Amino acid sequence: MLIPGFASPVAVDIQDVKVSYYEHIALRHVSLQIGRGEFVGVIGPNGAGKTTLLTVINGLGRIHSGTVKIFGERLDRRNIRFWRSRIGYVPQSLKVDPRVPVSCLEAVVIGASGRLGIFRRVGQVEVKKAEMLMDFFHILNLRNRPVGQVSGGEMQKVALARALLQEPEILLLDEPTSNLDPPSVEELTGFITSIYQRFNLTVIMVTHQIEHLPAVCQRLVLVKKGRVVFVGNRDEGLRPDRLKGLFSNE
Amino acid sequence: MNEMAVLLKPVLATLLGGAVCGIVGVWVVLLNIPFVGVAMSHSAFAGAIFGLLVGVDPLIPALLFCVGASCLIGPIAERGDFEPGVALGVIFALMLGLAFLGVGLLKGPRTEALNFIWGNILLTSRRDLILLGVLLFILVGFLVVLNKEVKAVLFNREIARAVGVPERAIFFALVMLCGLVVSVNLDTIGGLLIFSLIVSPASAAYQITYRLKTMYLLSIGFAVGSCVAGLVLSWLFNLPTGAVIICIASLIFALALLFSPKRRVQRKLG
Repeated sequence: MLIPGFASPVAVDIQDVKVSYYEHIALRHVSLQIGRGEFVGVIGPNGAGKTTLLTVINGLGRIHSGTVKIFGERLDRRNIRFWRSRIGYVPQSLKVDPRVPVSCLEAVVIGASGRLGIFRRVGQVEVKKAEMLMDFFHILNLRNRPVGQVSGGEMQKVALARALLQEPEILLLDEPTSNLDPPSVEELTGFITSIYQRFNLTVIMVTHQIEHLPAVCQRLVLVKKGRVVFVGNRDEGLRPDRLKGLFSNE
Repeated sequence: MNEMAVLLKPVLATLLGGAVCGIVGVWVVLLNIPFVGVAMSHSAFAGAIFGLLVGVDPLIPALLFCVGASCLIGPIAERGDFEPGVALGVIFALMLGLAFLGVGLLKGPRTEALNFIWGNILLTSRRDLILLGVLLFILVGFLVVLNKEVKAVLFNREIARAVGVPERAIFFALVMLCGLVVSVNLDTIGGLLIFSLIVSPASAAYQITYRLKTMYLLSIGFAVGSCVAGLVLSWLFNLPTGAVIICIASLIFALALLFSPKRRVQRKLG
């Protein structure tokens, strides 16, 4: 399907967005543009508003003022489900009850649910694609295992496979490497690099661990206390004095 | 022969009632909203009392109160940023208050009102059976048509929303269907006992299987089995049917918990 909005060179356009939870202001008049095909890292201390920034892009977070445009189209009630089905989202370490009666394959196939739309059933095509993605992430052996009984790294691969089954234009990664051991971080970072290059995606990755950002990430957004304090190239963003200021308590 | 004819309708009611309770029980257990049964049963009870007060068929206001309550639970939870359990608690308290207010206002003996609490499966009418049959058809149809959406919501509501499933609408529909199940079973199983019949068989099934389809089948099987065994035992020993059904459902849950293969796995996982 050809979607006119996809011709826009700007994948995400956030203008003057404010988000608050009761008295706590999570985002203060944030404006940000992310181009098609960019890999952007969002860095900041805990509670800076990084996750909120991601959730306003796929409409999971409620904004109080401002606008969010995806490929030039303003997000609103009428198109929110359409865009969600085309924005892959990997949340920070999903906790799943080990007893949940859902296998890893079924958890991946859920990714096709939105794109298929209501009344169309999941068919062999979706299952085959899910299996191919699981094979790509080296987790095909887990296809029948209950999804609550896999390790943190495996769970993140399941989440990545589910997000890619959406055949997304944009991929949002919320601290995908947090709580993982160093070999798992290295493996997952390799996969993220690989899918960015292979699937021609726009990727926005949130992290507070700078060393976990893949080398392909060349643009950084630094966030502190709900404000974007820096947008620019990686080398400039990772200057020691800048990082010291970002993670200080001031 | 005469006894068999008398028992036919109650047996059919237990089969159909068990099946519908078994299905919605899976939703209640996986969404972790066991309080939904309590809130809905009290809504149906309040509605039925209202029906007695104004002199209309109690089933109609019971259905309307349940649908109304389910329409309120979702939005209250969403708007107020509460857990659904908190919204359910608010609705439960309101409906309990309305029900007792209604009971207080009733004139004359209150036997009919109290029947809605305990139900009486032996007095199952033809209309009860038709309603249960229609409800079972609706539930199965809902599951067949919206299987992937329901599965996504049962797995994780946030993920379902993130992939573009109309999660809120599906969640509200699931809660509303729970309300319908409670209302339709008010006459037969009773408003208070239905809660246990929704939660216990599904919880027992949850202890046993890792497959959703099997969980539905086991939950239905346990619910129907509890109902049929309860009916037979209460008939044989002249006991209150609803209470016996619930005791058997609870016993099945206890056995499932005791012999659950999942508990062994959990112990291994630490």
